[in-house]
Amino acid sequence: MDNAQIKNIVEAALMSFDEPLSVHHLKQLFDEEAVSGADINLALQSLHEDYANRGIELQQLSKGFRLQTRPQMQVWLDNLRQKKPRKLSRALLETLALVAYRQPLTRGEIEDVRGVAVSSKIIHYLMDKEWIEEVGYRDAPGKPALLGTTDAFLNYFNLKSLQDLPALADIKDFESFEQSLDFNEQSAT
Amino acid sequence: MSDNNQQHGATQSEMPFAMVDGQPFTEMPTDLYIPPDALEVILEAFEGPLDLLLYLIKRQNLDILNIPIFSITRQYVHYIELMHKLNFELAAEYLVMAAMLAEIKSRMLLPRPTAEEEDEDDPRAELIRRLQEYERFKKAADDIDELPRQERDFIPVVIHSESGVLEQQIETVDIRELVLAFQSVMARVELKTSHAVSREVLSVKDRMASVMRQLSSGKTTRFDELFTRQEGKQGALVSFLAILELLKAHMLELVQNKPFGPIYLNLASE
Repeated sequence: MDNAQIKNIVEAALMSFDEPLSVHHLKQLFDEEAVSGADINLALQSLHEDYANRGIELQQLSKGFRLQTRPQMQVWLDNLRQKKPRKLSRALLETLALVAYRQPLTRGEIEDVRGVAVSSKIIHYLMDKEWIEEVGYRDAPGKPALLGTTDAFLNYFNLKSLQDLPALADIKDFESFEQSLDFNEQSAT
Repeated sequence: MSDNNQQHGATQSEMPFAMVDGQPFTEMPTDLYIPPDALEVILEAFEGPLDLLLYLIKRQNLDILNIPIFSITRQYVHYIELMHKLNFELAAEYLVMAAMLAEIKSRMLLPRPTAEEEDEDDPRAELIRRLQEYERFKKAADDIDELPRQERDFIPVVIHSESGVLEQQIETVDIRELVLAFQSVMARVELKTSHAVSREVLSVKDRMASVMRQLSSGKTTRFDELFTRQEGKQGALVSFLAILELLKAHMLELVQNKPFGPIYLNLASE
């Protein structure tokens, strides 16, 4: 089977499944032995190049490849869409950020950082979307559930892995600042 | 108080976050007087006491690492008192923070022994740690919000193969509309009353089965196609009851493409 044909079959497959397809999945399209993983990778690479100047692109995700519209196209697509996707609240985004960067962690640990109780509605929403899941239990009184993010989270936010999350801001070192602390602030009262 | 001349510097024009007496408020009030009508809006703008504290600190362009605990505490407590006066239900977290600030303040007021141990922490250390940590994740939340997101920023390319028909927007059907549709069926039956229909006992159970049979092909059927004129009022009633029973058992689905449009029925998926 020549490379052009493999590429066409891979392209058709990517368009006809609504889950990202891995190289392993794509290999199953073909007779065993006839097509190697390297052939599939070559086809994916070639498709990626073909789409370089198109309205759609080939995106690599944690568990496979997905064809998707280019983010730059969205402003145009929105003109035709009646319903805009709902905005995510700050409380939800902060909760999601904590799970993403600090996983696995408990609800109590989320509350420690945010300084407010975590609403069950938010946890349910995140679980309902399958962005987070219970990944185990902390060996502590009450056995609180540990939360972590899922592949669906990575897929939804267009990430290949958790390493691709934007870097967390640095913590300024308190120790180095200590000398300049002014303990004579009492005069301010 | 030295810190009373707060920065009024935030001049960049922002979207008004509140309208009070027709006046747009484009920035958080710089003094502690908050118009009562705007207070609720402001309260909702904060995600908690840490967020409020961060705001108070940032508003004065201060570094988290060097918070003037006295002025910040005073402002914070003022704010809390104001909310209390207006009978806002204050989340307990806000009061815990007020207590923490008061404790830090009192510890800082105590004279420090000269031969103090090296490792005694600044009373503010824990608060500063928490503020920094919260600020990091506030930023991280913004960063995540910026990431290209499915539906909002891109759409997976999937060729739907279930049917070649464009999906129509489906609205849920109000039970009143169902009754209205039934009324029109009844009205039509009424026109036929001169017909002498020989009565026979109609069973709802049998009708349920026949409705299911009619729909079993998987085709969508118009609501009024399920009624036969010849059966008269009684037949219509039995059909209607049968449909209601099937709906109750979640065996049917109602579909209406536009308000007051015809109602369609099909078998419930799964």
